[in-house]
Amino acid sequence: MSAESTGTGIEPDATAPLISVVLPQHLRPLTGAGAEVRLQVAAPVTMDSVLDAVEAQFPMLSGTIREYGTGQRRAFLRFFACGEDWSHQPMDAELPRAIVEGREPVIILGAIAGG
Amino acid sequence: MSKVRVLVGTRKGAFILTSDGTRKDWDVSGPFFAGWEIYHMKGSPVDPNRLYASQSSSWSGQVMQRSEDGGATWAAVGNKFSYDGVPGTHQWYDGTPHPWEFKRVWHLEPSLTDAEAVFAGVEDAALFKSTDGGTTWEELAGLREHGTGPHWQPGAGGMCLHTIIQDPTNSDRMYIAISAAGSFRTDDGGKSWKPINKGLISNFMPDPTAEVGHCVHHVAMHKSRPDVLFMQKHWDVMRSDDAGDSWHEVSGNLPTDFGFAIDVHAHEPETLYVVPIKSDMEHFVPEGKLRVYRSRTGGNEWEPLTQGLPQQDCYVNVLRDAMAVDTLDECGVYFGTSGGQVYASADAGDNWMPIVRDLPAVLSVEVQTLP
Repeated sequence: MSAESTGTGIEPDATAPLISVVLPQHLRPLTGAGAEVRLQVAAPVTMDSVLDAVEAQFPMLSGTIREYGTGQRRAFLRFFACGEDWSHQPMDAELPRAIVEGREPVIILGAIAGG
Repeated sequence: MSKVRVLVGTRKGAFILTSDGTRKDWDVSGPFFAGWEIYHMKGSPVDPNRLYASQSSSWSGQVMQRSEDGGATWAAVGNKFSYDGVPGTHQWYDGTPHPWEFKRVWHLEPSLTDAEAVFAGVEDAALFKSTDGGTTWEELAGLREHGTGPHWQPGAGGMCLHTIIQDPTNSDRMYIAISAAGSFRTDDGGKSWKPINKGLISNFMPDPTAEVGHCVHHVAMHKSRPDVLFMQKHWDVMRSDDAGDSWHEVSGNLPTDFGFAIDVHAHEPETLYVVPIKSDMEHFVPEGKLRVYRSRTGGNEWEPLTQGLPQQDCYVNVLRDAMAVDTLDECGVYFGTSGGQVYASADAGDNWMPIVRDLPAVLSVEVQTLP
């Protein structure tokens, strides 16, 4: 699978802006990438399609952000977009234009849960 | 000269301790996977430079790691553990049905004969196997589905499959243990399993001698006598001489028969080691003294080993997978504590020294004896 495939079967538009994703600190050592990664994402750009692209480029993150089986966000992770908490939005809701245009990142944060 | 490599899993990362055969001077590397819980690391007997590590966290679940160079570098491999079919329910702490949910890998057991094969014991209790070096995992569902699963319940640490023992003389035979279900044996390579808990008495259960429900903490075997098993149960140290078909107590003169770790000397199959813990509520050593107890008689008669270990104001615990032995001529014994110490004895337990004193709480210790 190429690094720019989303793994969804829907090929991304190579001319579309790259989507920016800020990974939580504890997952960065797994990828070997920096804090922020930029990815091609197939339209419509939703939290699910963004995470599909993240997992396609970094397979070692599969199961660490969304649970296997249910595909649900892990309880101690939060999603933010354009300053808004998207943790409880539908995973197939289209993300704000600034995200789609690559001007703002999707931010994945680990909860401060004592440990 | 031979070397030893000690693999240490802790609450906040992994460490690798190495020494030559004298086991006096140690190099410490790590932390690997800093900040993550490393429940277990173990090397392949076929290819000792192939190591596996179970990395997990409450934030992001399970990650599996594999090294091909003795732990110098690591790569994430497969972390998808899917129960076969609809997993159903087990008992919750209050006796109500609770759905089976995968939480983490507690124990990794590489195959004795195939470098690509490795077993994983997981919470909620099940046994998985990989035949491609940890890339993909398949449940050996005959264990969970053999009939008593709905009666299994979690121990204080969760409902974990924590012990996997392969019979070196019979590739179809394997033993596993679950807290709190008990011990099980397969004689057909993992297709079918039977409980082997006759003789265990657990007074916290409505029927103290029931077929399943026992909180087995750990089981050990000497490779020269695969039908002889030693068990540290929630309470009681037990022995079986018939491959688990029956058990009898060998706690003898131990100061307390609660504990987690148990192991067997590499060259003396009747020499055992345990670390008595005060009680299930007070998870620390009794009387503020860290003592390993050794039996040279296969149980019942135990002697405290204290030389080099703290004998006052010590209140640490030693967990079930946190003791191991090397196979050098003078058998080395190792264990790690909840206080972050890893102790080594290069003379079968007579004298001890700390390799490290200030790691995060130690979850597991394994040893590789290298040429």
